[in-house]
Amino acid sequence: MSIDRAQVRHVARLARLALSEEEEERFAAQLGNVLEYVERLQAVDVSGVEPLGFAGDATAPLPLREDEPQPCLPREKVLSQAPEQNGEAFLVPRILE
Amino acid sequence: MKADLLPLSLVSEALASGTVPADALLEAFLARIRALDGRLHAFLRLTENEAWAAAKASVQRRANGKALGPLDGVPIALKDIFCMEGVETCCGSRILRGYHPPYDATVVRKLRQAGAVIVGKTNMDEFAMGSSTENSAFGPTANPWDLTRSPGGSSGGSAAAVAARLVPGAFGTDTGGSIRQPAALVGCVGLKPTYGRVSRFGVIAFASSLDQVGPFAQDVKGVAHLLGAVAGHDPNDQTSSERPVPDYASALDKGVRGLRIGVPPEYFGEGLAPEVEKAVRAGIESLRAQGCEVRETPLPNSPHAIATYYIVATAEASSNLARYDGVRYGHRAKASQLLEMYEKTRAEGFGAEVKRRIMLGTYALSAGYYDAYYLRAQKVRALIRRDFDQAFASVDAVISPTSPTTAFRLGEKMDDPLAMYLNDVYTVPVNLAGLPGISLPCGFDSKGLPIGLQLIGRPFDEETLLRIARAAEPAEQRLPPILEGR
Repeated sequence: MSIDRAQVRHVARLARLALSEEEEERFAAQLGNVLEYVERLQAVDVSGVEPLGFAGDATAPLPLREDEPQPCLPREKVLSQAPEQNGEAFLVPRILE
Repeated sequence: MKADLLPLSLVSEALASGTVPADALLEAFLARIRALDGRLHAFLRLTENEAWAAAKASVQRRANGKALGPLDGVPIALKDIFCMEGVETCCGSRILRGYHPPYDATVVRKLRQAGAVIVGKTNMDEFAMGSSTENSAFGPTANPWDLTRSPGGSSGGSAAAVAARLVPGAFGTDTGGSIRQPAALVGCVGLKPTYGRVSRFGVIAFASSLDQVGPFAQDVKGVAHLLGAVAGHDPNDQTSSERPVPDYASALDKGVRGLRIGVPPEYFGEGLAPEVEKAVRAGIESLRAQGCEVRETPLPNSPHAIATYYIVATAEASSNLARYDGVRYGHRAKASQLLEMYEKTRAEGFGAEVKRRIMLGTYALSAGYYDAYYLRAQKVRALIRRDFDQAFASVDAVISPTSPTTAFRLGEKMDDPLAMYLNDVYTVPVNLAGLPGISLPCGFDSKGLPIGLQLIGRPFDEETLLRIARAAEPAEQRLPPILEGR
């Protein structure tokens, strides 16, 4: 299973990752190797098998709670970690021209 | 032996009997950290102010006859994946440099309630992705047994800190072996509890269907004390189980007569170092001699576990790590457009292995590949779990090596991601199946490097697992050369 530079660029865009040309080349080779390795899963007989997405407690349902409002963190505390904020909201570069 | 060289359960007894006060104990461990950590780099930062306040409060409680339990006054280190309010928490990544969480992880809160003395945050592979601690943005950690070798990973800092007696106990996280493999490589005990046993609230997420919190100590009883303090339901973590938490330490010494241990032939095949196999088989014989019934237990789908894991874990990681976008916390790159800001922030903030895994996970989830990769991996995951369910119909625990080799050299596997991934061949099936697993020391190879043995148990049966581990753990503890001035 090989993966070319164009595919790497496409996936990098989906993942919101800017890659250098050198990274594109290296990842194409390394991801190709890993994909070749995982290719072995195609040989496993999974007919009639239900996918397992959660390996939690099989004998008990997940605990539920009442849907009641709970106190949340104060705004200034949360905003204090932002790279840019104006005391009320997170600031980001302009989205619409 | 000095109290600060004892395993955790004996440190706890020394505190309880008054042989050593908590403040003197803290000073002894801090002195050792100052003396040795320049060479080890187990810690990313110390929380000395909190530690001193906690140690003095512990001394006061004992003076008033109000001690809190086995962890009261015991110094503990935490992997830098646990959020502590106001304490920089980077998860080994440049992208979180300067991040001071606005709240505490539940594990942190519970440890404080138990009287533990939190001394600092330990080094780790970036976002817990790695098996050597070399993927830390802040430089690697060295193995106390040989400073040119890796302590394993991703919780390598916590493991090295315990092995070098910088602390008697520590916590890490285990998504594919990140507690058990470093425990094996540095010669201490490391437990990955059942999925759902310990709250992950405030623990930075890697792969949410696999991540679990667990302890390190030099002895099984110490690990039992640490697990007891943090296990249990947390309303802030929907996946944490409401099952009651037993008194893990009290069941340890029941012996193992009549317990049935399964040996999976798939875990003793190609790639296993002969010296590791010999030591693990000697461990099995020791359990047999103590009255365990040993039988062969096939786990035929385990050889598919690495391939399954690197689809499931990377897919979940690509989704979890989407939150690092330069908006709410952490690093932000300079850019005039939003999309450019996202892409540059992530390019500058993430290291090579994290980028590789985000790419692989995004690919596996992308249009046209989802069924072939992600869905198929989840089906193979079901088969791996089914193997264990069938095994536990006739055995009480499964035994295997923890890692196919002893500690490898720093740098040795950095250019070959696949070779690094294969370190986890015996540990990832346990995460995929959501089971508890423990690694404990079972001897040394001819280079003097520690060898680890893994026990795997039924879901939520940490008690039996710890009981067998207690019977299998070595009677005597060897100190790493760094502690003998070599």
